[in-house]
Amino acid sequence: MKNSASARGLVTFAVLAILALLPPVASLIGQGFYVDVFTRIMIFAIAALSLDIILGYGGMVSFGHAAYLGIGAYAVGILAFYGIDNGFVQFGVAILVSAAAALFIGFISLRTSGIYFIMITLAFGQMIYFLSISLNTYGGDNGLNIERPSDFTRLVDLRDANTLYYLVFAIMALFLFLGRRLVASRFGMTIRGAKSNERRMAAIGFSVLRYRLAAFVVAGAMCGVAGALLANQDLFVSPSIMQWTRSGEILMMVILGGMGTLVGPILGAVAFLALETALSDVTGHWQAIMGPILVLVVLFARDGIFGLLSRRLELRRG
Amino acid sequence: MAEPLLSVAGLCKHFGGIMATDDISLTIADGELHAIIGPNGAGKTTLVAQLMGELRPDCGSIRLDGKDVTALPPYRRSLRGIARSFQITSVFPEFTACDNVALAVQAHSGGSFRFWRAARADPALREPARAVLDEIGLGHRADVPAAVLAHGEQRLLEIAIALASRPRLLLLDEPMAGMGIDDAARMMSFLARLKGKIALLLIEHDMDAVFALADRVTVMLYGSIIATGTPAQIRANAEVRKAYLGEDELA
Repeated sequence: MKNSASARGLVTFAVLAILALLPPVASLIGQGFYVDVFTRIMIFAIAALSLDIILGYGGMVSFGHAAYLGIGAYAVGILAFYGIDNGFVQFGVAILVSAAAALFIGFISLRTSGIYFIMITLAFGQMIYFLSISLNTYGGDNGLNIERPSDFTRLVDLRDANTLYYLVFAIMALFLFLGRRLVASRFGMTIRGAKSNERRMAAIGFSVLRYRLAAFVVAGAMCGVAGALLANQDLFVSPSIMQWTRSGEILMMVILGGMGTLVGPILGAVAFLALETALSDVTGHWQAIMGPILVLVVLFARDGIFGLLSRRLELRRG
Repeated sequence: MAEPLLSVAGLCKHFGGIMATDDISLTIADGELHAIIGPNGAGKTTLVAQLMGELRPDCGSIRLDGKDVTALPPYRRSLRGIARSFQITSVFPEFTACDNVALAVQAHSGGSFRFWRAARADPALREPARAVLDEIGLGHRADVPAAVLAHGEQRLLEIAIALASRPRLLLLDEPMAGMGIDDAARMMSFLARLKGKIALLLIEHDMDAVFALADRVTVMLYGSIIATGTPAQIRANAEVRKAYLGEDELA
């Protein structure tokens, strides 16, 4: 157990160190576009990490997680539309609205479990997707351009790609740290216990619904932040940001990277989006290759990329 | 006479046309060890599920300490002092033995909306958990994942989890099910030590254990109670002998 804990620490450290050094290295080798690529990857890593809290630790298979990505992005887009550029206001609203949506969706969905929970979260995701299409004032199907990124005083200028990169990096690292604390706390043990054996939890005196709902809200709010960051990178929001296939992709990042590990979903986001980019250069039918890869991972590496890495590290140390 | 700790009146539950429990009335005094025996399908496990609140009775009432708890969900009954163990081991397999017990301690030490401190490093949870594990003889296995424990150890852990909530009434659903002779003897001596400290409702097939431990015995058959009394009374009861115990066992 000690071994796996230190392997996890090592993987986490390596991931953060590489991502921290990426912009200077990219500019050194004259491949500055990697900064944009990895900004996007880390934004999805935040979304995947937030899903892992409820999926990997709470056993809640939400198939509508992209909705919060969309809500966070639209919060920035709509506020910018009315000339409210202040980043603290935009991100605050993104967090509050996505948390409120998660509270409502979770309050209803968490009364079900298993396949019903998957279907009902998918249905809510679709409702919010179609709601965004119907927002004609904000571009409807065509989306909404954002003139200026969020304004966090003159110190942080998000028009600069490196600044945005490091903001995303800092938020990802912060969420990783907070997530670690969360899953190890009393609260974390409660949702993990509920995932493991719900009946026993009730018999020992837990009413698990309220804890699950709280976790669902935390995850929704975190994903809302990812959405607000995505709006800043693209300077554009549209309903396609929360298509149901997007929810599926976030799920796949978690599974690919390793459920219930927090750092795994970051690796999963890197692997998924890197594969997507590489494969779509080769063929338009990249999904046909991505699909089998995912099937193989699920079959042969049940704890994902993180599991493969940490097992290697443990073996090497004997 | 003082109010009994638990009093059940007219409890019934049917599944389709089958009466799993039919007009069950019984009382358990504080500190009493009350055994329930009966052949498979007599409704014993259904009764435990109704006492814990996992199954809603179709009729009848359950009172704990004179207060009606018939409509309370399981977690509320747990907070009022009822705990149960399961016939089929029901633990948290990926957690260590100590984690399993600590979770029950945590459930009874206020709300769990605490997000910051590591639960596994919290002496307020770990110390009581280790004390219960030591008491039941699993102290040396505290850091072993529950899934890896031997069957007999898992059965002991099952009881340890239930005890960690410091219940006043513990419902034991065949605690010795599937145990080897040595483990069963360990469990017997543990139950003997526990007796008198808290009220126990013991469902058990091992007649030697039941008659050695119980203050009173209730015999169930096809969902109904056919007799309640001291072990001696039950041994002498003609109806019980005919229905269940078998003549040769008493010869």
